Amino acid sequence: MSTPMVETAETVEAAGTVKASGTRRRPGWRSPSLVVGAALLLTVLALALVSLLWSPYALDHTDPAARLTGPSARHWAGTDRLGRDQFTQLMLGARTAVWIGLASVAVAFVIGVPLGLLAAAAGRFVENAVIAVIDIVIAFPTLLLAMLLVTVYGPSTAVAISAIGIGVSAEVARLTRISASRVFTQDYVLAARTCGTGPLMILVRHVLPNIWPTLLVQATLAFGVAVIAEASLSYLGLGTPPPAPSWGRMLQEAQSTMSVAPWNVLLPGIAVAVTVVGVNLLGDGLREVLDPQLRQERRAADR
Amino acid sequence: MLGYLVRRGGWLIGSLFVAGSGVFFLLRVLPGDPAVTLLAVGSSPDQIGAIRHQLGTDRPVLTQYGHWLGDLVTGNLGNSLFTQTPVLDQIAGRLPVTVPLALSAFVLSIVVAVPIGVFAAVRRRGLLGLAVSALTQLGIALPIFWIGIVVVWLVAVQWRALPPGGFPRAGWQEPGAAVQSLVLPVVTLTIAQASVLVRYVRSATLDVLSQEYVRTARSLGYSLPRALWRHGPRNGAAAVVQILGILLASSLLGTVVIESVFALPGLGSLLLTSVKARDLPIVQGTVFLMTATVLVMGLVVDVVQRLVDPRLRARA
Repeated sequence: MSTPMVETAETVEAAGTVKASGTRRRPGWRSPSLVVGAALLLTVLALALVSLLWSPYALDHTDPAARLTGPSARHWAGTDRLGRDQFTQLMLGARTAVWIGLASVAVAFVIGVPLGLLAAAAGRFVENAVIAVIDIVIAFPTLLLAMLLVTVYGPSTAVAISAIGIGVSAEVARLTRISASRVFTQDYVLAARTCGTGPLMILVRHVLPNIWPTLLVQATLAFGVAVIAEASLSYLGLGTPPPAPSWGRMLQEAQSTMSVAPWNVLLPGIAVAVTVVGVNLLGDGLREVLDPQLRQERRAADR
Repeated sequence: MLGYLVRRGGWLIGSLFVAGSGVFFLLRVLPGDPAVTLLAVGSSPDQIGAIRHQLGTDRPVLTQYGHWLGDLVTGNLGNSLFTQTPVLDQIAGRLPVTVPLALSAFVLSIVVAVPIGVFAAVRRRGLLGLAVSALTQLGIALPIFWIGIVVVWLVAVQWRALPPGGFPRAGWQEPGAAVQSLVLPVVTLTIAQASVLVRYVRSATLDVLSQEYVRTARSLGYSLPRALWRHGPRNGAAAVVQILGILLASSLLGTVVIESVFALPGLGSLLLTSVKARDLPIVQGTVFLMTATVLVMGLVVDVVQRLVDPRLRARA
């Protein structure tokens, strides 16, 4: 599920600075993937935000006379087998996806970043122990973790967020450790140490400013992973329970009425794809914009 | 190499132990009494006590843990709460569906993805190369069950070419029907897996393409395909082997969702129904088995990587 990350660690300067070699940070709008990705993601965010204030119908509104109708002026995306407006469901589903996505990424970073920093900063013994834990959690896929938690607690939004968050945190910790240990071997960290700077200060002053671009890219990618995981859990009936709408459950319900209302299958799937493609493009774009060296390498490779 | 195998093997046993214990304690120590959740609301304390005794949850957690570990070493995963049949038998009964599904999707995605990935790397600025990149981007972003639903709609509902789901009751004794019912699940899983693999193969090939030895080979008069063929496999192999390990593991996990889409009676659907029914021993056994498979795959990957790439051996 995870895309390979290009480790940007020491190659990325803090925001707005100009490297000695004269490579300037490229303005964001010059990366097409960043622009397209941000546009796709903003569409989904807008749907989710607007749904807080307005949606075509109320969540529990059913129109028994118009069950399984196709797209029309009254129901922009048609209705399901209970006569619920699919566009309303789609908008509220966006809210669920964005909320669970953001919360899972937050959980993953709250667990993963300190763990990775600890492994990088502490001695070899702690580092190896953390690496071992990370390896095991990575072998423990999110889906299985979610199933274990659902067995004990039953399906809920909190279970989905914890399972996805813990699942993703292993990758976050791995990446934090790798990029942070790279910073720790730099001469300026050695210099700071010689001057008597404490480990915490080194983390704040040198490590975090150097690894945040990597983490930011990872956060966008993790959001995409979380959105797909949420949809899968809901599809299997293990995610946010009804009546809160979810793209995954819309698809599960649409599958049973597929022979009469195939159009109901299309939109929720496209919604997930738009979100995830948007997030992945945004991640690629951010990486390009934030990492001058990668950009140069690409240009060299294309020559 | 032998010393490495021993160390890596010890590491595997250690992680199996930690993973198994993790599963055990997650299901036992987390608040929430399985006996209470198992029974209907308003059950008498006696009934709850009986279930607790049957589950063994009336004993101290550490005693339960000891029993579980002892059973595990002797290959006993306990009995299902509801059917009382051994968990291992239940799992074994599901493998004839899941193993062919996961393995054929795995093999098929390699056959499809490796040529496409190399092609996309060589023609990275051509129209077809860009199209491949865009398609795989989409393949990764679409949930696998959505791909499955669309495949069913197209092939089973519109064309009526293949069954939309299910598996013959007689299983592999009806080979024709069994194969037919696995075609669409395998195709769906392959589409999803190949999208991931194409991207890895493409970037591994790009990496090889940018190396000096390819330029040298070209300057010696080799054509690009011949230079790639001569240097590509050995140099890109280690990276690809690692991805194959991840891919085989995710094929296995993908079956959980795929079996749900196509109503197949495999390991994944056993796990899903047991989670919903809260059949703890089955959940515990199946999850442990799946995690163990992933961990063992990791070991195989590491060993094969060292076999194909002498540089890794030298570094240690």
